[in-house]
Amino acid sequence: MSGFFASGPVHTAVVAGAVVAVVSGVVGVFTVIRGQSFSGHALGDLGTLGGSGAFLAGVNPFFGYVTVGAAVAATMDLFGVQHRRGRDVATGIVLGAALGLAALLLYFDTTTSTTTGATITILFGSLFAVSPGTLPVMIGLGVVGLVLVAVLYRPLLLSSVSAELAAARGVRVRTVGLVFLVLVGVVVSLSAVAVGTILSTALLVGPAAAALRLTRRPLTAVVVASVLGLVATWGGVVLSYASATWPPSHTGWPVSFFVVTLVLALYLGAELVGWARARAGA
Amino acid sequence: MSTVLSVEGVDVWLGGRHVLDEVGFEIAPGELTGLIGSNGAGKTTLFRVILGLLPAARGHVEVVGRPAGRPARAQVGYVPQKVALDPDVPLRVRDLVSLGLDGNRYGFRRRSRQRDEAVDAMLSAVGATRLADARVGTLSGGELQRVLIAHALVAQPPLLLLDEPLANLDLANGQEVVTLLAKLTKEQGVAVLLSAHDMNPLLPVMDRIVYVAEGRVASGTPAEVVRGEVLSGLYGHPVSVLELGGRVVVVAGDTGPTDLVTR
Repeated sequence: MSGFFASGPVHTAVVAGAVVAVVSGVVGVFTVIRGQSFSGHALGDLGTLGGSGAFLAGVNPFFGYVTVGAAVAATMDLFGVQHRRGRDVATGIVLGAALGLAALLLYFDTTTSTTTGATITILFGSLFAVSPGTLPVMIGLGVVGLVLVAVLYRPLLLSSVSAELAAARGVRVRTVGLVFLVLVGVVVSLSAVAVGTILSTALLVGPAAAALRLTRRPLTAVVVASVLGLVATWGGVVLSYASATWPPSHTGWPVSFFVVTLVLALYLGAELVGWARARAGA
Repeated sequence: MSTVLSVEGVDVWLGGRHVLDEVGFEIAPGELTGLIGSNGAGKTTLFRVILGLLPAARGHVEVVGRPAGRPARAQVGYVPQKVALDPDVPLRVRDLVSLGLDGNRYGFRRRSRQRDEAVDAMLSAVGATRLADARVGTLSGGELQRVLIAHALVAQPPLLLLDEPLANLDLANGQEVVTLLAKLTKEQGVAVLLSAHDMNPLLPVMDRIVYVAEGRVASGTPAEVVRGEVLSGLYGHPVSVLELGGRVVVVAGDTGPTDLVTR
């Protein structure tokens, strides 16, 4: 285990995982309350477009994730993603168009670039592949995200519970919704670094949904979601490191697999606790 | 008597339809006013105009002397027609009521005893103290109405608007909400404007009525407004007001002398 603590990539993975887990937990709670999990998932998938474009341009995919995540979130807002009736349509239209483009860019990545494994890296990510140079940017974006949520907390909470109540109280519901959706775009970009674009929703939605089954207070839900996210990411790092001796190749199983598996286990555990509580209270 | 809400000559067109036509009335403090009209008569539209969420094509709305809009909205408590809450929303009743105090403010909030006391007092006033720590998504329809009224009134606005608060309640719960509103109107001196498509549950407690039909309104006491000749003028064709089994019914056609509704 001493090798684990001495490993540079492990240090980076632990810090990157912590940033992703905490920010995803905080933003995820509001994403689930607002019923925007599908939008969050779509933003994660659409990170593929940014990542593949960045690969093609020879830039760190992380910057592609963030740029496209924020831009697509704003576009989805324009298409009316804040309205429940138009949400799925808006998300589906933007998702379909952008994934088609991503497929083309991934084709160019794999046929014109000397970089192998671009597709795997973008789609499934790896905390061990985070470059130390990316870490300060990730931390900075994470802090900005947390500060934004803190500033918006009460209007965001009220508009998440009922947009009509919030509008009647004078909350600028549309503006708050737009800022929040762009924030979701940035957060799934961070998450894409950890577990890839395809799996990035797992960290956004899973710990938050589990926390909502366990607590009845908003701030507690945010803290619980962040802690569950930390358990999943750090647990994934430990298990992936330990799997270096496992068959078939003895090179270690993907960290992303362990992270999302732990997220699923935590969610199922929370469901079980919620079910047991409901039975006890019935 | 001072005026809390003044609506003058308000015209609203939506999708080419003249929804509100020269609508005007006033509401004073401590009055419970029923905004009565059938579904689609324009009641919710009128609320949106009063809240400043929908501009009127013509006319003027003032809340405590301020034109309708964002600053005036702070003077209005509002209970919407439908608030669908997910059972998993991590929000206790006291949290939702507390958002009625500062849900529109940005930045951190410091917990204060004064604020907790205001929330507790409001929950007590609406008879919801025992629900304080319940999840809002688990409340029954009647309980939720009480909590939404507490949310709307905790900041002590001079005007309370309720959009069809009885629509999804059974008779017993509806009666409880009406009694509660009558009590709050008198105890807190708040002016209440409550919309409903059936005036009967409100007749025992209503100080004034604003009757909406064909985009126009007639306002006054129930005895002044709920009359065949007044409502015939409003509808543009003969209608009669009948009392059947203790209930007031408005029917099309001239059925003879009009019954006058008295309190």
